[in-house]
Amino acid sequence: MGRQTPLFKLHQELGARIVDFGGWDMPVQYSSQIGEHHAVRRAAGVFDVSHMCVVDLHGARVRALLQQLLANDVAKLRTPGKALYSCMLNERGGVIDDTIVYYLSDSWFRAVVNAGTRDKDLGWIRRHAQGSGVEVTERTDLAMLAIQGPEGRAKAAQLLRAADAGAALALHTFVGREVGGWFVARTGYTGEDGFEIMMPAADAVSAWRKLNSLGVASCGLGARDTLRLEAGMNLYGNDMDESTQPFESGLGWTVAMESRERAFIGREALAAIARGGSPRKLVGLLLEDRGVLRGHQRVVIPGGGEGEITSGTFSPTLERSIAFARVPAGSGDAVQVDIRGKLLNARVVKPPFVRFGKSLVS
Amino acid sequence: MSTVPADLKYTKSHEWVRTRADGTVEVGITDHAQNALGDLVFVEVPQAGRVVKAGEPCAVVESVKAASDVYAPFAGEVTAGNPRLSDEPETLNTDPYGEGWLMRLRPAPGALAAAALLSAADYQKVLEAQGG
Repeated sequence: MGRQTPLFKLHQELGARIVDFGGWDMPVQYSSQIGEHHAVRRAAGVFDVSHMCVVDLHGARVRALLQQLLANDVAKLRTPGKALYSCMLNERGGVIDDTIVYYLSDSWFRAVVNAGTRDKDLGWIRRHAQGSGVEVTERTDLAMLAIQGPEGRAKAAQLLRAADAGAALALHTFVGREVGGWFVARTGYTGEDGFEIMMPAADAVSAWRKLNSLGVASCGLGARDTLRLEAGMNLYGNDMDESTQPFESGLGWTVAMESRERAFIGREALAAIARGGSPRKLVGLLLEDRGVLRGHQRVVIPGGGEGEITSGTFSPTLERSIAFARVPAGSGDAVQVDIRGKLLNARVVKPPFVRFGKSLVS
Repeated sequence: MSTVPADLKYTKSHEWVRTRADGTVEVGITDHAQNALGDLVFVEVPQAGRVVKAGEPCAVVESVKAASDVYAPFAGEVTAGNPRLSDEPETLNTDPYGEGWLMRLRPAPGALAAAALLSAADYQKVLEAQGG
């Protein structure tokens, strides 16, 4: 038996199929994975993401610490509540994890890291925080709900008192703030508008039930995965890990090299790669033949060379298969994928595949 | 709770088998199997004329989550794959014992008897032993 979130019993009661995810017993689907996917694209769905690891960093030198630990530059965060997506790299430029970090005050930042990398991440952060005076606290007292979809924010606002609801609805994209004792952020992992709400664990069950009563669908990790892939968002462990660097993972845009004096961990390795050009790149694929692209399938490049699918699925919105693949940097727009010994045709497309309910590929 | 029609035979790997009036045998996957797989999005059925051995993978059913092989319950020759499933794979979810049939086989001589297929009651026991 794995670790359980404060919502575990409710998931069981709602008939969820439970699977192991990074050592956690999590709901993969309640009724239909495709139905849950469409609920988020068309109306609203709620996900239990309490397994993710919320880390508070307190101390006068917290900004300097994060400027060393993260490949993106927290100097970009000027307004309290503003969030930044970044990789945390090792010295070789390999990706230890990806994270969203919120600037709450000059002495308080909050990072959300992946569940499966929790111990590794906390160890790494604490090791580098030593001597900085920055206190690193894992917030195991919090549950986290993601309410996503075109109706998500309006529905979630009904969990709050009227005055608080106004404050939550006024949040700009990629900004969070304390609202009525909860931390409400206009962020997500689906390509739709929505909130991610961190709340005391004791509040989670009643919040979930209220959302259900408002017509918000319970959604599992299965739908979360098809939604994020359509939205062109990477999954740590599939699309990047310590053996790959950001430039070959579609994450070059998150690496901030501008400030020459900022010596973030992995910078020298990335600078060397950038000089020669990354030999591989991560691309989006759209399968033109019938079938389903899956992780680890072999990609064949016409004229020579091979790549590999890192994440693949059936896209419920496009009703065809989509994937991310790591391929040689010079690959063109037409490739083939080896599915059970047959070479099927796929087209390289620029992610995202779907944004705000609309297909971005033709 | 999965449906297990009493008039069919079954395999431990969750295929069902129905002998038709013309002597060919229809094969599909059980209600338990379709439920465990989740929403089916792609089905690959064998071509007519293909000769298969007992236990040979001869069809693929893919849900959003994963791809699974379907095995020939006995040796024989494929007389038809269900053409409907290429456009409507979800038929396997909605009608696994009817319109969602996968393939029809003409059993090799003696192959059906040799296949040690399970009765509905015995297949039910297999499901119960698996906690399903």
